[in-house]
Amino acid sequence: MKYSRFPLKTLLLSSILFIPVIVNAKVTEFELENGLKLLIKEDHRAPIVVTQVWYKVGGSYEHDGITGISHALEHMMFKGTEKFPDGEFSRIISKNGGSDNAFTGPDYTAYFQTLEKSRLEISFKLEADRMRYLTLPKKEFIKEIEVVKEERRWRTEDKPQSYAYEVAMATAFQTSPYRYPVVGWMQDLDNMTIEDLSAWYQKWYAPNNATLVIAGDVNPDEVFTLAKKYFGPLPKGESIIVKTLDEVKQKGEKRVTIKRPAELSYLMMLYKTPVLKPGSEKQENYNWEPYALEVLAGILDGGSSARIASRLVRGSEIAAGASAGYRMVSRLDNLFIMSGTPSKGKTVEELEAALRNEIIDLQSNLVTKEELQRVKAQVISSDVYEKDSVFYQGMILGTLETVGLSWRFADIYVESVKAVTAEQVMEVAKKYLVDDRLTVAELEPLPIVEQSRYQQGGR
Amino acid sequence: MLIKKTLSIVFSLLLLTNGSVQASPTIETWRTSSGAEVFYVYAPELPMVDMQVVFDAGSSRDGKLLGIAALTNGLLDQGAAGMDADEVSKGFESLGAIFGTNAGYDSASVQLRSLTDGPLLLAALDNFKKVISTPEFPEDAIERLRAQTLIGLQAKKQNPSALARDAFMNAVYQSHPYAQPSLGTEKSVAAINRKDIESFYKQHYVSNNAMVAIVGAVNREQAERIAEDVLSRLEQGQKAKTLASVNALEAANEVFIEHPSAQTHILVGQTGLKRGDPDYFPLYVGNHVLGGGGMVSRLFAEVREKRGLSYSAYSYFSPMRFEGPFIAGLQTKTEQVDEALSVLMENINRYIEIGPTEEELIASKKNITGGSPLRIDSNGKILNYVVAIGYYKLSLDYLETFNANVDAVTINQIKDAFKRRLIPDKLVTVRVGALVEGSKVRP
Repeated sequence: MKYSRFPLKTLLLSSILFIPVIVNAKVTEFELENGLKLLIKEDHRAPIVVTQVWYKVGGSYEHDGITGISHALEHMMFKGTEKFPDGEFSRIISKNGGSDNAFTGPDYTAYFQTLEKSRLEISFKLEADRMRYLTLPKKEFIKEIEVVKEERRWRTEDKPQSYAYEVAMATAFQTSPYRYPVVGWMQDLDNMTIEDLSAWYQKWYAPNNATLVIAGDVNPDEVFTLAKKYFGPLPKGESIIVKTLDEVKQKGEKRVTIKRPAELSYLMMLYKTPVLKPGSEKQENYNWEPYALEVLAGILDGGSSARIASRLVRGSEIAAGASAGYRMVSRLDNLFIMSGTPSKGKTVEELEAALRNEIIDLQSNLVTKEELQRVKAQVISSDVYEKDSVFYQGMILGTLETVGLSWRFADIYVESVKAVTAEQVMEVAKKYLVDDRLTVAELEPLPIVEQSRYQQGGR
Repeated sequence: MLIKKTLSIVFSLLLLTNGSVQASPTIETWRTSSGAEVFYVYAPELPMVDMQVVFDAGSSRDGKLLGIAALTNGLLDQGAAGMDADEVSKGFESLGAIFGTNAGYDSASVQLRSLTDGPLLLAALDNFKKVISTPEFPEDAIERLRAQTLIGLQAKKQNPSALARDAFMNAVYQSHPYAQPSLGTEKSVAAINRKDIESFYKQHYVSNNAMVAIVGAVNREQAERIAEDVLSRLEQGQKAKTLASVNALEAANEVFIEHPSAQTHILVGQTGLKRGDPDYFPLYVGNHVLGGGGMVSRLFAEVREKRGLSYSAYSYFSPMRFEGPFIAGLQTKTEQVDEALSVLMENINRYIEIGPTEEELIASKKNITGGSPLRIDSNGKILNYVVAIGYYKLSLDYLETFNANVDAVTINQIKDAFKRRLIPDKLVTVRVGALVEGSKVRP
């Protein structure tokens, strides 16, 4: 979640965000009578506390005609309740030295505050209130939906690679809701009403559909008492049956070309792959395949010594930049994605052939012991490095819990990756990285109109 | 994942912090035998260490060879001490260590994150030492990085926000090196040769032109040995010469770049603050009210909350060695660009004229001082402060005295500083977007 004002080297990297699951320190779990789950992660290094409220709703819960509604509602969650009218939420947090924001993904909508530890109560008071008592004023919605449209223009329409990614996802998935962009299609934003949002809010925002994650310098029992005081009185929502929206079996490769004003061509190869399944954190149901895919992704793109950097960016120099990533933690089956930009003088076809060769190599030859050890060393060290961020530790727990897994997966992650063998990497490459599961998307640049430049005064 | 509010303006906030609740990290400092300054914070909680070696070798040292600082910095790990790029990167990654380089306007740095487990750390440090002191700049690596840089420059042309940024810096800084993009230009990057790179390296990557920052679970004695050893094979060399300072703008300037985007990107600004500037606190606190306070700032309220004109609306001072920029900006669909621009300008101008209200000032101070523990809650964040304090020679008690300095700021100081430092009729305005018929801002 870092933004840089100077996009230099990273310009070439894909904007796709993968969240690895790594953390294994002490977590305390509680559940309130109204169904709200509490996960508390102690970290006493600094006197701060992070509050995150995770709702089980997001882009993948939507359907045609209302795409983007979860994200639009997230914006409206800052527009006030009876007790704390429009803007009060952020003003109160700000005056208390805190920072607050929210994010929406395909599988979740989450809200967070970071505060000095003695002020935890403030965030509970505010979050509990807006969990059930949002006023959703129409007057504010009319302005805010325009902000959301500006966000879509900024985030997707004016970024050729993001736009291509949106089309690629909509092509790869036929029945799975992962084909919808989280920000929503523009026409759905145009047609959205405050009544739509109100119904969406009533349906999904309730303690029994949420997880409260607290990370930082706290005492779990005190947090529990405080949570009971503020969240305890909230009425339980109706239990929700989430309809099955599995992807139909793909048989045959899909291809799509996206023409867009741009300077650089861009290639994406999306393979349908399985994700971690609930229950598999237990010894008897342990499923090694996702961990083998995770290692495979690390073999291809786990740093500058990994195969893509070493063979395609250096070596053959076919790619100016390329990446590979696997989505292991997700509510529904998801993707393994390779993407890249060809070097000057090279074509998208050549880049595709080179990436396919890497897959063939993984299917035909065992990865070396040295490579396997490198990936494992990185997993072990990342497990330490990630503890440097309290927020990120909360993020991992919240994500796992909200996609329907258990936070306990975090505990077995490192050991499960360490157990992966070269044979298993080959096996998942043969089973999943095949043409019948593949979508190839290509961004074909259209010329950008010649830039005119005018200056007045000065010089 | 979509972030609701706005890009957090991390980079102007780099130098903040600490309250009375928590002791500031104690920064210890000394010099290596070769003369490089070391800044160190002991952080024993996690078995890891972060180290950054910073050279006065940023792109403001490019001279005519625009882009050479970035190229040199990026080539360090592409071949060193008889190893090729594969061997160098394996040398870090097989240990679980993370290596990185970065070149900005004022400095170029080389960074390492490693576990403190003895053999792992020693091997990573040894590799690090080789990279900074015996890079080989192989011809094939130079050509590759040159080609990648050219692709990077091409990528900027499809990015309206990057186009706006470059045009803004160019218009504000004119003949000063800050006017030029760190990556260089297509022409300059094509012209740089190996000899140029070697000589840039020889001149700038020397002990007298370096500082070291270390944060992590190593004790003082270990830190001393690490700093000493890592720099031990660098030439002594000379400190880089003082550069010419920045001139204030003499007239307003408008730049328009036509681009086929749905939104027009607007940047408005001027030269702003330098590191250690006597006006730092009034301008920093004052800007928090105007456009730096995220979701509660005036610009956010007027542009976004009241009118729904933009996803982000902000302003910030980016302090640099010389007066870094003051920038205010937004993006909006092109049809309403005139309205958005006039709201932005009215608010900036009114603020320069009238300043904040008492209530606004109190709220901003509370946010800044109350949030101090958040800004030093990780080794990574502490390292950034230590580097800034060390590199820009800020006082070692900068973190400790920060809150008191913020609290001491008055409305009159803010008004006075804004009036002296931002001149409304000499602002640069950059627009990147489609041409609209009938727009007030005619080219």
